[in-house]
Amino acid sequence: MINPNLTLAFENCKLEKRPALLTYIVAGDKNKNMTLNILKNISAYVDICEIGIPHNTPVADGKQIQDSSYRALKSGIKLNDVFEIVKNFKKADSTKPTILMSYFNQILQCGENNFLKKCKSVGVDGLIVVDLPFPENKQFADKCKKHHISFVQLIAPTTSDERMKQIVKHSHDMIYYISMLSTTGGKLKVTPQKILNNYFKIKKINKEKNIVIGFGITEKTIKSLRRADGLVVGSQLCKGITDSLKSNKSPVKTLTKIVKSLRSKIQ
Amino acid sequence: MIKIQKGKPIIDQHDSSYLYAGKFGGNFVPETLKKPIEDLTKLFNKLRRDKKFIKERDYYFKNYVGTPTSFIKLYNLSHQLGGAQIYAKVVSEANGGAHKIYNAIVHALICKHAGKKYIIGDTGAGYAGKMLSMAAKKFGLKCKIFMGTKDMARQKPNCDAIRANGAEIIPVDSGSKTLVDAVSECMRYWVSNCDTTHMCVGSTVGPNIFIKICAWSTAQISRELIVQIKKEFGKIPKKLKLINCVGGGSSSIGFWNSFMDFNKKQVEFIGVEAGGPKNSKLHAAPLTNKSKIGILHGAAQYVLQDKEGQISETQSISAGLDYPGVSPLHCFLKDAKRARYTSATDEEALAAYKLVASMEKIRPSLEPAHAFAEAIKIAPRLSQDTIIIVNSCGDAKKDKFILEKRLGKNHD
Ligand SMILES: Cc1ncc(COP(=O)(O)O)c(C=O)c1O
Repeated sequence: MINPNLTLAFENCKLEKRPALLTYIVAGDKNKNMTLNILKNISAYVDICEIGIPHNTPVADGKQIQDSSYRALKSGIKLNDVFEIVKNFKKADSTKPTILMSYFNQILQCGENNFLKKCKSVGVDGLIVVDLPFPENKQFADKCKKHHISFVQLIAPTTSDERMKQIVKHSHDMIYYISMLSTTGGKLKVTPQKILNNYFKIKKINKEKNIVIGFGITEKTIKSLRRADGLVVGSQLCKGITDSLKSNKSPVKTLTKIVKSLRSKIQ
Repeated sequence: MIKIQKGKPIIDQHDSSYLYAGKFGGNFVPETLKKPIEDLTKLFNKLRRDKKFIKERDYYFKNYVGTPTSFIKLYNLSHQLGGAQIYAKVVSEANGGAHKIYNAIVHALICKHAGKKYIIGDTGAGYAGKMLSMAAKKFGLKCKIFMGTKDMARQKPNCDAIRANGAEIIPVDSGSKTLVDAVSECMRYWVSNCDTTHMCVGSTVGPNIFIKICAWSTAQISRELIVQIKKEFGKIPKKLKLINCVGGGSSSIGFWNSFMDFNKKQVEFIGVEAGGPKNSKLHAAPLTNKSKIGILHGAAQYVLQDKEGQISETQSISAGLDYPGVSPLHCFLKDAKRARYTSATDEEALAAYKLVASMEKIRPSLEPAHAFAEAIKIAPRLSQDTIIIVNSCGDAKKDKFILEKRLGKNHD
């Protein structure tokens, strides 16, 4: 166990015989306060909160998360603001596991050690680095471990069996399975059965690992994948913010409603 | 100290993490792309050692691209400026009008060998896109080209050519609406379609394998040039300067490749980046202006960025050079001090175009016009026995409207 908050969250869900619900929003979309407000309001229905550090060249993200990122950057969000959001959120809900999602360049420019120190000091529990795959991430993942921060390894449909074994072996508390060949925000284009087949293939390698599935999961599709340890919803929430802003509604209310509904579907 | 190894292709001088000098390049990509990149790496490694494939490549280079492109002396320009003797390698004679055809042909061949029917690529100036659309048509592949909307507006002649070849242009309206966004969007498309589609990156940027394929392809330029130089001078001149514009860096690396092992006092490499408008803070010259190492499009490189790793906006009159990063190979050459990098402003490039076009038969596009600007700047100070060769790697037809606007209707 590298991070007790994360491990406990998965254990609790298992006791309740349901998958963990993970949500993703971009820090600073559309401003700092709104992000904090959203987090505080959805927290009761969410098991693990993922927060994206906005990047202006997000090569792995589709339209919805791009829109959120550009909005956040336009509001002037800086890395320190992201940490401040986490810090304030943790003040309100201290044990809610919080994972930051980033591109590696942002960590590199901050300095790996400096970045991890800041993460630790505000209570970040895990990190996903979209463009730092295995084995290039070995060194950084070890550093995370020393700080009791879970480095989340990713596995994709293209990952070979041998590679999969290696990745599982080097993984921490949680592994992220990318459901399909897509950037974030794509429509689910493979059957849930096929996704679950791959999921169980990973699970078989090591049953102790918590494996979450992400990409293409929405209110429509979440139920079909409920046998997984955890399910990540991101783009639908980002789109929820976009739509609310367009129609002058409250993103906080909209997102709370979507998240409640997501949770009810896997209960 | 960082050193270039002699007798080993520059593209192969990386470590097991695909880093040059331990810090440039690599494969900083989403997990999904690991396998397609590994497959492509294996395939290319096999093909580049396969005599039949080399024969195939050379056949198309000769009969479709048209090799060799000519090597000419610019008598009038040399005479006018005094000092060094100025020559041009007229790569713009290649089919399609620029060096991008070499990379495009090789990618189309690889795509065929991989058994794929779809090919995608990015473009800034429109040449990489135009050439890929030509190659796709030639080999019966379905082709999509990703292009920033700002570039579509300023390089319309090439857009027309792309469409005439039957390829589809996917307009990219995000970010700065230029090459950097086009490459990002093309990579995103590949993530979603890597099982059926081959990706071509239009310059020596991106994950390592794309840098390799591109530099290996444009190396044709210096393979021809070294023969032409020996024929012209009987040997490699004592003082030779090879000047090339640098956007992503594909034409320059190809122009220099065969001369890599010469002492730099004998064969100097000068790369010219886009300095942007004279009175603007914006530019596209990461090597000239001491930018920091960061990651862009899957590779570590000197890149224009802010303190937090956000990629900076660039500005250049030349769409082909308007890119915040630069090939890891050039970062390597810079840190090894094998090449020298400088920049030319929009105005200097325009003036260079005007001077060259008024005195000589060639019409260099705005990208090589940056290289000519440097040649014009240094030639008068150099001795008569110094030989300057500029890679005139693109034709100005695509810049017709920009030139008319900036220099008037009868600009040459
Ligand atoms: C004619 C021409 N020259 C140069 C470039 C710059 O690219 P590179 O540095 O890869 O040669 C371009 C790019 O589009 C181009 O079209």
